[in-house]
Amino acid sequence: MDAIVIDGLTKRYKDVVAVDGLSLAIRQGELFSLLGVNGAGKTTTIKMLSGLTQPTSGNAFLHGKSICDDLTGVKSLIAVSPQETAVAPGLSVRENLELMCGIHGFSKEKRSEKISQLTELLGLEPVINKRAKKLSGGWQRRLSIAMALISEPKILFMDEPTLGLDVLARSDLWDIIRSLKGTVTMVLTTHYMEEAEALSDRIAIMKDGKLLICDTAEKIKEMAGTDQFEQAFIRIVKGVGK
Amino acid sequence: MLAFARRNTRELLRDPLTLAFGLGFPLVLILLLSAIQANIPVPLFELQHLTPGITVFGLAFMTLFSATIIARDRSSALLQRLYTTPLKSVDFILGYTLPIVPIAVAQSVICYGVAVALGLEVTVNILYAVVFVIPVSVLYIGLGLLCGSVLNDKQVGGVCGALLTNLSAWLSGVWFDLNLVGDVFRRIAYALPFVHAVEMERAVLLGDWAGIFPHLWWVLGYAVGTLALAVLLFLRQMKRQ
Repeated sequence: MDAIVIDGLTKRYKDVVAVDGLSLAIRQGELFSLLGVNGAGKTTTIKMLSGLTQPTSGNAFLHGKSICDDLTGVKSLIAVSPQETAVAPGLSVRENLELMCGIHGFSKEKRSEKISQLTELLGLEPVINKRAKKLSGGWQRRLSIAMALISEPKILFMDEPTLGLDVLARSDLWDIIRSLKGTVTMVLTTHYMEEAEALSDRIAIMKDGKLLICDTAEKIKEMAGTDQFEQAFIRIVKGVGK
Repeated sequence: MLAFARRNTRELLRDPLTLAFGLGFPLVLILLLSAIQANIPVPLFELQHLTPGITVFGLAFMTLFSATIIARDRSSALLQRLYTTPLKSVDFILGYTLPIVPIAVAQSVICYGVAVALGLEVTVNILYAVVFVIPVSVLYIGLGLLCGSVLNDKQVGGVCGALLTNLSAWLSGVWFDLNLVGDVFRRIAYALPFVHAVEMERAVLLGDWAGIFPHLWWVLGYAVGTLALAVLLFLRQMKRQ
């Protein structure tokens, strides 16, 4: 079953076409990566799918709910972990999680249960009472993902989740993302080839707002005639420009 | 909305600047000017004149607090995350406005408390003066909401921390008699809400109920207008996100 169906999604900013007639489907429980260089349209796509930006034309359906006509319905299904740190800096890790529980109207019992569950899942125990602004980038990203998971979303959008993290923090976060596979449909944008290859069930490569290819990492390498994913990415992105 | 408002209260109260400027600075001014008054008596600095003025002047920091928290949230992408949750625009507006009102009230209670300790006569009018601080605080919070919606966190410091604080001080009649500066200056001051807020507070403290008019209308008019414009600008930036 498809969790997301995108149909001719387009976003124009004056003379610039940020996303140009994007059409694709993402299956339920799939980890789907949007890959591309700067300005490819990855973040704009996520912003449209999460209701932060309205498309100029086209539509997308998340579990059958239209991003144009049923934004409230869409919001009840999704959560977003934005590119920049999106935590309340003056609150502790626990208070940040409580904030999200409160916003989603959870009862006291459910709040405790969710916080314990996510603290364990994301390994936040050592920093649970620390203020968010005092955490390292890696811990802040973990907290950011935990905050996104509070609402038990059916679809989780992660915009550059490991940007700026060191190798160890990135590896830890990959393990967390892998552990979520199958339970929640995940759409992530990334610049890192190895990240997309290691984590994704399927990858869409975008350039100048257009979809160039959408398949598994293996198939993409096969089609580009190389066993290196980075090489395949370069060939596909450059090939279109010729 | 309550969870969001609670978060904003915590963020504000945990910021040492809130305590230093919001509560400490007006107190220092009352103490300093009362000390000057003890040596060189000036009618403007008598406690029944000075305290309402300083109380209103202190509210200028509420603009800084509300603008700073909104501008910071915008720059940190926290708002972007919250826009994808069930929170509605009214929740954001109230969530930013309501937590600052009790801080403003607490600030005025402390100002009047210190003034009483320094010799201000204790009357029930002090209680009314604290109540009349509420519409004035809404005006200042609205200004903060407005600035926080259009400025970044660095610009907010300059515009709200320096410019607005000075403007509201010069044009309020707290520090000098506006009649002494000239007619143009006086007209400008009376076309703005700051001097009306001070004169309304002074009238309330004196129990001169007829004297609160027309100042109350000026304050309410500016508060409603500022808040309405702030809501529009906040919604515009929300849409732009």
